[in-house]
Amino acid sequence: MSAAAHSVVEPSTTSKRVAAALVIVYALISMIPLFWIFATSFKTPPDSIAYPPKLVFTPSVEGYCNLFTTRTRQTPEYISSLPPATNFCDEVTRKRNMVIAGPSNFLPRFVNSLIIAFGSTFCAVFLGTLAAYGFSRFRVPLADDLLFFILSTRFMPPIAVAIPIYLMYRELGLSDTALGMILLYTAVNVSLAVWLLKGFIDEIPREYEEAAMIDGYTRLQAFRKVVLPQATTGIAATAIFCLIFAWNEYAFASLLTSGTAQTAPPFIPTIIGEGGQDWPAVAAGTTVFLVPILVFTILLRKQLLRGITFGAVRK
Amino acid sequence: MQELLPSGKSVVTDTTSSILDRAAEAAARATPDSLAKRVRGLSDRMVAWIFIAPTIVLLLAINIFPLIWAIQLSFTNYRANRPNEPIKNIGLSNYSRILTDTDTWIAMQATAHFVFWTILLQTLIGFSLAYLIDRKFRGHALWTTIILVPMMLSPAVVGNFWRFLYEPQIGLFSYVVSFFTGIPTTDIQMLSSVTLAPWAIIIVDTWMWTPYVMLICLAGLRSIPDYIYEAAEVDRASNWRQFWSITLPMALPFIMLAVLFRGIENFKMFDMVNLLTGGGPGSTTEVASITLKREAFEKWRTGFSSAFAIILFVAVFGLANIYVKVLNRVKSR
Repeated sequence: MSAAAHSVVEPSTTSKRVAAALVIVYALISMIPLFWIFATSFKTPPDSIAYPPKLVFTPSVEGYCNLFTTRTRQTPEYISSLPPATNFCDEVTRKRNMVIAGPSNFLPRFVNSLIIAFGSTFCAVFLGTLAAYGFSRFRVPLADDLLFFILSTRFMPPIAVAIPIYLMYRELGLSDTALGMILLYTAVNVSLAVWLLKGFIDEIPREYEEAAMIDGYTRLQAFRKVVLPQATTGIAATAIFCLIFAWNEYAFASLLTSGTAQTAPPFIPTIIGEGGQDWPAVAAGTTVFLVPILVFTILLRKQLLRGITFGAVRK
Repeated sequence: MQELLPSGKSVVTDTTSSILDRAAEAAARATPDSLAKRVRGLSDRMVAWIFIAPTIVLLLAINIFPLIWAIQLSFTNYRANRPNEPIKNIGLSNYSRILTDTDTWIAMQATAHFVFWTILLQTLIGFSLAYLIDRKFRGHALWTTIILVPMMLSPAVVGNFWRFLYEPQIGLFSYVVSFFTGIPTTDIQMLSSVTLAPWAIIIVDTWMWTPYVMLICLAGLRSIPDYIYEAAEVDRASNWRQFWSITLPMALPFIMLAVLFRGIENFKMFDMVNLLTGGGPGSTTEVASITLKREAFEKWRTGFSSAFAIILFVAVFGLANIYVKVLNRVKSR
């Protein structure tokens, strides 16, 4: 009530405090699963499955060792006959009566994720920028229908798309190849890229390029030297959205890749130790996989709204 | 209009205002012809097609061609694991079998249950959060960013970890629930109990996607101009009254936008459910995409599953159509 004295729309101090408390409680509760992933990744396997769940524990990098290696069980006699352990992972593994047999598949899968995510993002943003400029600046026949067609491809259920893609890739020899996945993710992401970038390019006054063209630039030069530099922020934001999609994608990856081109999301759930899922290793893989996204989310926070609504809502 | 007029002027100089308006409208869509003719290099029409064609070609190759192929297969008994068997054309019988099969309707019920409850919970919690954040307390921007984190993460990778949280003995979730309710942890079988499993996936989806609804609602609340509240204050409208006659109606298009987006996404939900329950126990959480995956990639009934995919696609396309109409209305505000 007292707030109305100075400003009618400014909420009162009490209501602000209550709001802050409720929002902070929600934020902290919603962070618990993520905190638990992080904490579990530094637990030893026995600590991770302790009852009641352990909040205080001695940190260990065993989960990370297990994530990157495969191990075989050996007799204590064999292990004691080995030369002394040279690094921490060796030591931890030997304590469990095992020796490191070699690297695990995690690193190649992670590299696949990087190649496919960056490759498809580059292609989608490249094609998307051109198409968005075309739709933004020229009279394209049936422009609205084409734009709707481009967007509608995003609404197809991934499994429904995967059935014929699976057959097509089998015919073309693209099954389980990075190229096949890049093509597919480019097709899925290009719709987002066109819609987002059209919004960003619409906001650049066309007078800039027109002035450049009057000065003798060709249309392509004007596009390259005037429009592209102006659209950098938009292009960067769009690229990050495409990257996050390709990075997180699971449905296509799990159905269309099985070995050489498999990405991290279908791989991480398959990390198993002795007697079931090796949760510290899974948590370690999840942590390594999520960190880039956390960084991107913070970079993107101003453009987030626009990205998730395909440019429908701008701030 | 201010933005459009200068380029309109270069087209028409001495004309009536109605022609000027029309010219300005045309100029809004394209560079004036007088200038276009003077530009060196490729003509605008050429540039337009060179720029747009690659995207269209890619989508035709990766989206439309397979779709047509799937339509064709949906009339056959083709099985992808037996490519050498003769393909028989069986007309519409795949479609009639799907639409009369009770299993399909069980899957549809599971999907409807999932979509309904996730949207209801996410809208209620998301809107409430947005309303609270809109009180603009100190540090609200930081907390908003923190709340947004779950929705950016991979539903598959994080969903997989929730299996650990849901473990009856060692899982944090069951431990916390048992701590507060006194129910023994061994009775909290989130993923293997027929009654709890549908809620297990709803909880994870709500945890992940409430921030999404919140973010859109927040944009809606911020789009309401202050002067409307000021006028309401002058008229001595109560806070309650202001909420129901100003806040809610004005934020409604945004809420609808969020609901439609979540509706479409959850209708095709696959990754998180596949990892958490895989459709089980039995088929209690077998949402449409899981059924589709089982038919297509486990039973290899390619023709049958193509028909199912087409039916799903038509349903989603219908929703998408509604979505675009709402989107346009939101945009024109």
